Amino acid sequence: MLSPVNVSLESLNLMTLAPMIIPIVGALLILIIDIFKGGLDKTLYVMISILFLLLDFIALLNAGGVFAKDGIMLGVFDVMLIDGLAILSQYIIVGASIFFIALALSKKIFHEYSYPEFFALFLFMISGFQFMVASDNLILIFVGLETASLALYTLIALHNRDKSFEAAVKYFTMGALAAGLYSFGSMVFYALTGSIEINQIATVLAANEYADIGYVLVAVVFMLASFGFKLSLVPFHTWTPDVYEGSSAAMAGYMSIVPKIAAFVVAMRLFEFLIHSNVVWLEVVLYAMVVITMTAANIWALVQSDVKRMLAYSSISHAGFVMAAILIGTTQSNSALFLYWILFSFTNLGSFTMLWMSRQKELPGYQKSDHSFEKFSGMIKTSPIAAVVMAIFMLSLAGLPPFALFWGKIYMISSAVTGGYTVLALIMALNSAIAGYYYIKLIVFMFMKEPVVDSNGEVYVGNATTATKAIVGFSLIGTIFAFVALNPILEFVTTYVYNSGY
Amino acid sequence: MLDHILSILIFFPMVAGIFGFMVHKDSMRAYGVAVGVIEFSLSLWLWFAFDNNVSGMQFMEHLPLVPAFGINYILGVDGISLFIIILAAFFTMIGIASLPDTKDVKNMIITLLFLQMTMIGVFAALDAIVFYVFWELSLVPMLYIIGAWGGPRRIYASIKFFLYTFTGSLVMLVGMLFMAYFFYQATGTWSFAILDWYRLILPESFQLWLFAAFFVGFAIKVPMFPFHTWLPYAHGQAPTIGSVILAAILLKMGTYAFIRFSLPLFPDASVYFMYPIAIIAIIMIIYTAMVAYAQKDVKQVVAYSSVSHMGVIVLGTFALNVEGISGSVFLMLAHGVVSGALFLLVGVIYERRHTKMMDQFGGLAKVMPRYATIFGLMMMASVGMPLTINFVGEFLSLLGFYQQSHILTLLAGIAIIVGAIYMLAAYKKMFFGEVTIEENRNLPDVNKRELLALIPLAMITIWLGIYPKPVLGPINNSAEAVVQLMHNKATSEEAKLRIPNVSGVVISKTSMKEGH
Repeated sequence: MLSPVNVSLESLNLMTLAPMIIPIVGALLILIIDIFKGGLDKTLYVMISILFLLLDFIALLNAGGVFAKDGIMLGVFDVMLIDGLAILSQYIIVGASIFFIALALSKKIFHEYSYPEFFALFLFMISGFQFMVASDNLILIFVGLETASLALYTLIALHNRDKSFEAAVKYFTMGALAAGLYSFGSMVFYALTGSIEINQIATVLAANEYADIGYVLVAVVFMLASFGFKLSLVPFHTWTPDVYEGSSAAMAGYMSIVPKIAAFVVAMRLFEFLIHSNVVWLEVVLYAMVVITMTAANIWALVQSDVKRMLAYSSISHAGFVMAAILIGTTQSNSALFLYWILFSFTNLGSFTMLWMSRQKELPGYQKSDHSFEKFSGMIKTSPIAAVVMAIFMLSLAGLPPFALFWGKIYMISSAVTGGYTVLALIMALNSAIAGYYYIKLIVFMFMKEPVVDSNGEVYVGNATTATKAIVGFSLIGTIFAFVALNPILEFVTTYVYNSGY
Repeated sequence: MLDHILSILIFFPMVAGIFGFMVHKDSMRAYGVAVGVIEFSLSLWLWFAFDNNVSGMQFMEHLPLVPAFGINYILGVDGISLFIIILAAFFTMIGIASLPDTKDVKNMIITLLFLQMTMIGVFAALDAIVFYVFWELSLVPMLYIIGAWGGPRRIYASIKFFLYTFTGSLVMLVGMLFMAYFFYQATGTWSFAILDWYRLILPESFQLWLFAAFFVGFAIKVPMFPFHTWLPYAHGQAPTIGSVILAAILLKMGTYAFIRFSLPLFPDASVYFMYPIAIIAIIMIIYTAMVAYAQKDVKQVVAYSSVSHMGVIVLGTFALNVEGISGSVFLMLAHGVVSGALFLLVGVIYERRHTKMMDQFGGLAKVMPRYATIFGLMMMASVGMPLTINFVGEFLSLLGFYQQSHILTLLAGIAIIVGAIYMLAAYKKMFFGEVTIEENRNLPDVNKRELLALIPLAMITIWLGIYPKPVLGPINNSAEAVVQLMHNKATSEEAKLRIPNVSGVVISKTSMKEGH
């Protein structure tokens, strides 16, 4: 005879779910609207999505306030974990999503935006990422990850080009492999410790002093490979450039920011305690992975002939750079990760929006791909302002002061210095020098070459609307004047990371 | 207004540059000249208000930027940086005024104004990160100037220039972050303020590594042998204005940074590395002088001679005494004036003939007497004739190093003779003899616009050659302060011995006057 389980509603702390529920409600609402009246314009759905994301953001601000007051919150049978990492990363996820969904307000008509399902899937995806970062339960992380990933595969495929299908299938296959590796890794952890909660796993492993180190390593290998796919770390990166090329610039920019921060947070939760447990082997592997990811991606980026593929390799390299924070594993490095990613979001939002604004439906003869370097030849002559703006985003990505990413970069390198990773700091610095070349390459095309054909610069703003221009303006201000807001952001991030125990 | 004069000096050109987008391109040159004149007047006002008897920093500004990480917007000038700032303002002014007719002149002038902001920022910054910001930012306008207005291989040259310096400065950045971390360990607070760092005494082993990290950044900028290969390329491809600014101001950033960072922060390491650096400097002086002799292109001659003289500056800096350091600072100014003028002169003939090959000339003295006169004067100055500006600096630099090593100074002195050989040879090829090429027969002499730039430079060359005191006095004061600081901070016996104690000895002002 089973006795009834009594759980008081208060102990569930359902408010922890609020930020994730809001986009789900929004997605359902969009689907319901479509049932009642089809054929509505995309602007409606964009605005509804933005409204719900704003609500989501407010809910997060609220959660942030509670966290600042009461510290870490647990909820729903302790499956939900609302700590500083969760809140910070959700800020980035939701904040970036608001801007990227607004990119749907393009001048040209694209296939995917005629489906309300696109926007519903987008919101489901966000909720998936939010679940992923707000838990230390390996199963819930898995559920969040898969919800988000499956939605993302579909969003890419909806772009309705041959290359998009290829990209979606490629991403799906790699994602499925990563999911398999992830579940296998979790299984080994469960077998070892009898728990699927990361902090429990850490406690149990510490208690028996890593007696079964062989099995731990097996589990770590699987996990590392799985996150390698999600974070596009070399050698698991092969899908990235193809997927970026196949998806629209708006979606590619989104993929370079949001899924990665979610994966970084999980990686931070999982690998941090393993690194600190003095499992030397893991440190060596991560070290090698970070260095190879940064360097190899930079070298591949040198030979790209398409700006979007170049940016794909650049984002791989940036991911490697940021992964160093998890390797270093100090409070400063973890704060640097968030600082870097916030600044990176601004810059990448801007640069991908610039690409998106110049999207053509039919390619002229001299252009082999959507955003080949030749397309930007002599841009300073035909549309000087756009060229200067694009150049500023490239300089920021190259880490030139005083633009946004420079500050992220010095804080990250400084955390390597203080963490005792001198050689790593030097490698990170020298990699920025290699990266300088391919960002400068675009500037060379824009500023120093003659235009390929006589054009009036129409092509660079062919897909622009007031909304997209406003987004570029916003990210431009964020990129140039980052140093003004730096101190509050840094203090805020450091407090949150420190109070979460990282 | 004087409280913020440095900020005004830095950001006025930038704001003017942004407004410049609105100016019609036909009126752009006048606008550029006007901004240049205002900026130069402001810099003269700074000199006027500058207290010559104070050796420390003046006109300090302080604004917290990222206090959590110790980054503050700190500015200040002393005798060392004051004149380089004035020189930067001066060269931008005459550079814009003498700009020949170029395509996209509007973009060029806006770029020059932005470049001016970064140049003055570098010399006024007293926070390592602010310094680094301007230091790096100066690469971008120069990249554009070389890459957009340069010769046939301009893109290669501009990228080479950018990547070389970018790589070096990133290594320097790691050094700066280490320095800030050591400061944090010692005091518990982050700080990138240079004056704070001056108070920190580091163990010698740390000093050696940090010195090396900073050295990479500075040496590439100077550029020191064997990192100099980017410079002749950049000069060869750059338009005249690019070469002028590069030689007159941008290269000085490296040597200035040695005095601002390397010497006072790492006195023991400076002594430790004194001989290796002196040997590099002497190789640089002699080798590039010999290379200059082998050039057929007159601009390359000037470019290599410019590298050669930078070697003397480095040598003077690493004499580690007052004569050497004030001599090297003075030589920085002298080198700026003289090599800037020489590049302008090469530009003058290039405008007329569209070639820089010396065998295309000959007998120009008959055709262009005024041009030949000014060229001759500048050439004499470059060689280091007494009563010209270069002589004072070179003499003091070598005098300073003579106290450290007689033989090395002698070797460096030989280089001046080699300098005379290649310069005189170049002058002979271009100006003397008969006019052999028909096209040269009717070349117009220097016009008013060019004279506007050249006459003031010629006047400065002679004025400061005869009477250097107004400039040398403040420089000397600040150099004394640097040497004293180094002496006080030095920990090893060797360093205490090598770096003189200034306050103990009354510096004889007469030794300064031996210059003329």
